[in-house]
Amino acid sequence: MKHTVFSHPFIANSATADWKSMLSGLRIKSIQDLYSDVPAKFLLRRKLNLGDPLSELETFNHVSRILANNRSYREMSVFVGAGTWLHYIPAAVSEAISRSEFVTSYTQYQPEASQGMLMALFEYQSLMAELLEMDVVNASMYDWATALGEAGRMSARLTRRREVVVPRFASPERRGTLQTYLDPIGGRMVEAAQSKESGQIVLESLKEHVSSDTAAVYLENPSYLGFLETQVTAVAEISHDAGALFIVGVDPTSLGIIKPPGDYGADIVVGEGQPFGNPVNFGGPLLGILACRNDLKMIRAMPGRIIGMTTTVDETQRAFVMSLQTREQHIRRGEATSNICTNNALCALASAVYLSLLGKNGVQELSKHILAKTKYAIERFSAIGTVEAPLFKAPHFKEFTLGLKDRHADDVLRELLKHEICGGKSLAPEFPELGESVLVCVTELHSKQQIDNYVETLDKILG
Amino acid sequence: MYRQSRWNEPLIFEISREGAVGHVLPKLEKEISAQLKEATNEIPKHLLRAKLNLPEASELEVVRHFTRLSQMNYGISVGTYPLGSCTMKYNPVANERFASLEKVQNVHPLQDQRTVQGSLELLYRLEKSLCEITGMHKFSFIPAAGAQGEFLGCLMVKAHHEEQGEHRRKMIVPDSAHGTNPASAEMAGFQVDVVKSDETGCVDIEELETIATEETAGLMLTNPNTLGIFERNIEEIVQIIHGAGGLLYYDGANLNAIMGKARPGDMGFDIVHLNVHKTFSTPHGGGGPGAGPVGVTKELQKFLPAPTVEYQSATHSYYLDYNRPKAVGKMKMFYGNFAVYVKTYAYILMMGAEGLQLAAEASVLGSNYLLSKLRTLRGVAVPFDSGEPHKHEFVLSLSQLAKETGVRALDTAKRFLDHGVHAPITYFPLIIDEALMVEPTESEPKRELDNFAEVMSKIIEEAYHEPKKVLGAPYNTSVGRINEVKASHPKTLCLSWRMKRGAPR
Repeated sequence: MKHTVFSHPFIANSATADWKSMLSGLRIKSIQDLYSDVPAKFLLRRKLNLGDPLSELETFNHVSRILANNRSYREMSVFVGAGTWLHYIPAAVSEAISRSEFVTSYTQYQPEASQGMLMALFEYQSLMAELLEMDVVNASMYDWATALGEAGRMSARLTRRREVVVPRFASPERRGTLQTYLDPIGGRMVEAAQSKESGQIVLESLKEHVSSDTAAVYLENPSYLGFLETQVTAVAEISHDAGALFIVGVDPTSLGIIKPPGDYGADIVVGEGQPFGNPVNFGGPLLGILACRNDLKMIRAMPGRIIGMTTTVDETQRAFVMSLQTREQHIRRGEATSNICTNNALCALASAVYLSLLGKNGVQELSKHILAKTKYAIERFSAIGTVEAPLFKAPHFKEFTLGLKDRHADDVLRELLKHEICGGKSLAPEFPELGESVLVCVTELHSKQQIDNYVETLDKILG
Repeated sequence: MYRQSRWNEPLIFEISREGAVGHVLPKLEKEISAQLKEATNEIPKHLLRAKLNLPEASELEVVRHFTRLSQMNYGISVGTYPLGSCTMKYNPVANERFASLEKVQNVHPLQDQRTVQGSLELLYRLEKSLCEITGMHKFSFIPAAGAQGEFLGCLMVKAHHEEQGEHRRKMIVPDSAHGTNPASAEMAGFQVDVVKSDETGCVDIEELETIATEETAGLMLTNPNTLGIFERNIEEIVQIIHGAGGLLYYDGANLNAIMGKARPGDMGFDIVHLNVHKTFSTPHGGGGPGAGPVGVTKELQKFLPAPTVEYQSATHSYYLDYNRPKAVGKMKMFYGNFAVYVKTYAYILMMGAEGLQLAAEASVLGSNYLLSKLRTLRGVAVPFDSGEPHKHEFVLSLSQLAKETGVRALDTAKRFLDHGVHAPITYFPLIIDEALMVEPTESEPKRELDNFAEVMSKIIEEAYHEPKKVLGAPYNTSVGRINEVKASHPKTLCLSWRMKRGAPR
């Protein structure tokens, strides 16, 4: 194979005098000499079939051309949520997380040179802790689903039990992930019923399913289907009476108005932090929240990085550093609480900036906006008569179900798309008992006009 | 002399002033705001929030705060960052622009697939590229990071054996492996068998032969390994493991050294994960997000989690395939860290076949060049050195230096920071005392490599003549040496502002 050394902007020494001087410094003629230890039969004797290097401009054109076949929410009205949600991102958030000192840094193995990110992550933990009213939040997980998977294993570790009780209408993707994480430890999920009328967990069913095998009871509030669970205190009591932990999953944008899980007995909180300053990005990266109470046993059973506040050795300065690292894989190897290493720190930073900007009033306003819009949309849909909005008689936040009676959800969604409306997620595949129905999401990003247009278009389609 | 910014920056909670506002939301239309009261009334009183302790600050205060924090943070864009096995190469800024495009950021994963053809096509094309680079048959983009890729890989190893009606419980991992390997294997329910390294730093073949049995599910291997040494007996290793009925798992952390030169698929690996935030230049973001796509052989492709990205030629369209009955379970939400893959794809385009190969070669050249300048330094040894060239990284032992001067690898690392150079990884791999693990990458100009060598030489000089100076380092960073023990001690543990202010439990 012909071998070429050419100039490339990302390779510092290629085609410079330095290249030759480095080779001669090593007393070798050819770079191939440095691969003399690779068995000849495994040396690739052809060029990879990938094409020639492109310039930045060509790459920009190429990537843009492919992505032209995407349609973003600026080109149509997108009313789908179900795990990641469209929200406005203030410019100051994008600016802060674009700082290359943050972007191009690694995990803070040398904390003295990495105080900026460490302090920002401590602030993320702190802001989230205040919002959840939990004491300890780790420096991020991949997403809500994996945070739940880890919370399940953490509960099993703490209680030496194997079962997690999960309500029927919890997110199927999150349930599936929990199952994947529980399987290897012989753990299993047990399903508690939720009322088809109100969505509320059936306390009798919950009581039946908790036992001395229950490691944890998991509840989503607001639920995957948008309704709020009102019996949270009772669920906490039932869990604790059985000696189980109480895990609550939250969309934190609700917590400007809804009582935080730390205030109703949650032992572990998981959730999705993406709405605070992170785009939906076709599904990733997201931001997994994982929190627990200030209980040393629990904290030591937690997965992932946790940043702590300390001082310099001479005690003259406040400083931040990764705390309790003996839980982690780089120290504890096979005995670690989790294998997680790379997390979603930059997404956590975005959340910290977002929460700092919005602050107390902004977060309260955000929750109110979403609550009022959800109610407005529900009222408007209800008024057209041909749909049932929502299927559950309960207060809703951000998401709600739209029952389509005898019309197929896929057909209706397809019709809506012709009118530039992405109407939501079809629910029948996940919950056949709900019949043909759609999960609809509204946030502060959706204008009244967009909601009205959706309602009127649907009315025409269902005519 | 280097000086890192040193702001006495308070926490955002300490900046807070009641009434200050950093961002306002649009005014609600009156028809919508009219709904707020009723919506609130529908929520039972006991479910409403009573108080919220978040800071209040003006926009400039927030912008200034985070700008100052960024100035107290070291990144690749600031200087040399030679963390071994982390491949801190240049993160092309163009990639940040591509990933910020409207049609990347504001496209929802659950939109009708006809409206996300661009995302699907990009992933499909990227999959073809990754298959070509690694010699694997098919990839899943779902794993969020290398460790999650390992977890998935281990679950697929298990699924494979279960399909054969076997319950193999043991995963072999070398003593030089990354900590994630044993952690992932245990997480997937395996017991870990550790195989030791021989005197050349490679897997001890004789020991491997005795460890590999009918209980062996597989072997997880990094090649080149964490010592930066190519496992030249790879063919034998593969024969032993396959011969025992196990599978070969490739930890892609060190793929950078052999891109375009050799492929794990050709060596006989069955499962491969890549760390695109290492090999393919996507930034580490202070810890993440990265992405850990997993590739497999044709035989194992059925186990990849749903959905996969497919192309239908009849309709010239791309789609997500959920019809995968043998797939291992759900790993996370949606399809993977798409925005990260946009950067991965753009990087591969900008490098091309020749660029990737040249990057591998340049990383190996830089590493050997730097090693040649360091190996003669007083008090420094290169354990497991058989005279063969290293690959993209190497590991030094400072145990002699420590014995003679009391200056340990840790202290040396702190002193590097004073010179505006990030320290290498310390105390890893565990098989080397007082280890410094150095990976300069192809991005570092020779001048910076020379500077690194010069700095290290100065530090060692200092260790012999003025050890106190090194033991007290760093001096020029935002803060002096940190009391890490205090940060983890139960009496002084402080993990949030809430704990600091002593909120009632």
